[in-house]
Amino acid sequence: MSVLVNKNSKIIVQGFTGSEGTFHAGQMIEYGTNVVGGVTPGKGGQTHLDKPVFNTVLDAVNEVGADTTIIFVPPAFAADAIMEAADAGIKVIITITEGIPVADMITASNYIKGKNCRLIGPNCPGVITPEEAKVGIMPGFVFKKGKIGIVSKSGTLTYEAADQVVKQGLGITTAIGIGGDPIIGTTTKEAVELLINDPETEAVVMIGEIGGQLEADAANWYKDSGSKKPVVGFIAGETAPAGRTMGHAGAIVGGSDDTAQAKKKIMRACGIHVVDSPAEIGKKIAEVLG
Amino acid sequence: MNLHEYQGKEILSSFGVRIQRGIVAQNANEAVNAAKQLTSETGTSWHVIKAQVHAGGRGKGGGVKLAKNLKEVEEIAGQIIGMNLITPQTSAEGKKVHQVLVAEDVYYPGESETDEFYMSVLLNRGTGRNMIMYSTEGGMDIETVAEETPHLIFTEEVDPTVGLLPFQARRVAFNLGLSGLAFKEMTKFVSALYKAYVESDSSLFEINPVLKTSDNKIMAVDAKVTIDDNALYRHKNYIDLRDVREESAIEVEAGELGLNYVDLDGNVGCMVNGAGLAMATMDLIKQAGGEPANFLDVGGTADAARVEAAFKIILKDPAVKAILINIFGGIVRCDRVAQGVIDAYKNMGNIEVPIIVRLQGTNADIAKELIDNSGLDVMSATEFQEAADKVQQVLA
Repeated sequence: MSVLVNKNSKIIVQGFTGSEGTFHAGQMIEYGTNVVGGVTPGKGGQTHLDKPVFNTVLDAVNEVGADTTIIFVPPAFAADAIMEAADAGIKVIITITEGIPVADMITASNYIKGKNCRLIGPNCPGVITPEEAKVGIMPGFVFKKGKIGIVSKSGTLTYEAADQVVKQGLGITTAIGIGGDPIIGTTTKEAVELLINDPETEAVVMIGEIGGQLEADAANWYKDSGSKKPVVGFIAGETAPAGRTMGHAGAIVGGSDDTAQAKKKIMRACGIHVVDSPAEIGKKIAEVLG
Repeated sequence: MNLHEYQGKEILSSFGVRIQRGIVAQNANEAVNAAKQLTSETGTSWHVIKAQVHAGGRGKGGGVKLAKNLKEVEEIAGQIIGMNLITPQTSAEGKKVHQVLVAEDVYYPGESETDEFYMSVLLNRGTGRNMIMYSTEGGMDIETVAEETPHLIFTEEVDPTVGLLPFQARRVAFNLGLSGLAFKEMTKFVSALYKAYVESDSSLFEINPVLKTSDNKIMAVDAKVTIDDNALYRHKNYIDLRDVREESAIEVEAGELGLNYVDLDGNVGCMVNGAGLAMATMDLIKQAGGEPANFLDVGGTADAARVEAAFKIILKDPAVKAILINIFGGIVRCDRVAQGVIDAYKNMGNIEVPIIVRLQGTNADIAKELIDNSGLDVMSATEFQEAADKVQQVLA
């Protein structure tokens, strides 16, 4: 098994015919992902990358049974794209777009509450279930199939972690890039919970960064769950100064409780195997699995 | 984007929030004229001269002073403009003051005692909603209040479907212990403040203090306003409010080159693709016994031109003793990045600090070969730990 996406997911690409959408949809199809079409308003009826283009997400749902979407729509229109997908009944909405105004995300996250869908991102690398579905912008070859789940706020650091895991002779069930924005659809806790509850996942790598409370919430949930599956954690940004945004809009130390040190302390207290060096993620996961 | 007090107040005022009125001045002469104009418009006889820099705690550093006549206005403005203001929020060298706000005196005596409150509007990241945070303890550092008397801090979270509701504005006024005219004024103040926050696409309002005057008016005496950069495209009129003098010159230059750069105090420069990996690389430098000299995300296209631009930015810092390039090639191929590093290095000619290049991912082997055979004084690595060891080696 795996979580969120697999070989049976029926995936559409919103912003399909744009340059980003075209490039990454092509890569996804090459990987073997089940892309069933795309949405670009005004281009419905055309064919792109040998797949049908629809005017609306609802058309894609009705005509090809789409249940998962990946959004490459530019920031000014991305929140609308998320809400359109939720309204059309899409179950998993993966939003890659970086730079969406916070006010738009407040509206979108409020709108999708109570609808039967899950938002991943925005500002994330996407989700990959190796050998089944790559719904994101990650380099597919780095992720080999296996038993480790990965949750991360960042793109290239996810690839780094996956690479280290694979070099230990292990592999990945599903890697979830949850995104680095202040408002994201799926939290660290929710992503860790999905993986802990996945029967095929035997251990989880949880990578966070400075800013916010998501890692502390995940750590507390993990402790309360009583799960015996080991979790290895790393928090990026121990050397980041307070009050400065470090690339990701959400990566900013606001107080004394969202520093890397404070997060690692809580994670350790909750039984997570925390590494201080980002070079030791793979080694640690091999060690805790014995 | 951070704004000056006077700019933030202008935005507040445009949405009907009552503010302490003032006029910005670039020199002592302008300050005197501003004071005269304020007296004729507001009747104020005293003036407050306030340094306009992007840092809190200005009063503690001598950047906010009361002037009781025009001679004092001239003297104080002359002192403050041009000074290096040191506050608890600036570096040890302080911040150069280029302008002052000449403001009306609002602490005049009257029928009741004046009172100061704290109020901010910000995003609650946990719930994904905006909230108003406020306290009876105005004029103080809110972090201290949160630590010592957390029961004096209140919050009012706003449901985005309906916005701030009248009962919530009343609750704020009740919790602040107000009654009569001041109560009514506060409900108006809170509603206008929230409207201003939403319609200006701000990501932070901090009003400290909010003042109840002796004649029961409620007004913003200070204003810290941060606009959401991602929303600036729909507020073209705010773009000119950016004051690059308040930002680090090297960061402004890096930004113009499309590099996401934060200047730090350490001795090892770094150049990385991706923000998370960039922070992790900084942490690795520390683990290896160094201190990161910067955060630098070169983004997805690490070609020769960008690498060269990044080299130039990093090398402006004389404290840099080594540079670590850490690229995880996914979509971008490592051999292209390696060629970019080699070309940039050759173009630059005289890089005198050791360089460690760690390339991992697509075509990492070819990239390592390219670097190793380039004849340049560049060390290559493929594993993260290997890169750390080499940093340690060159620092030793």
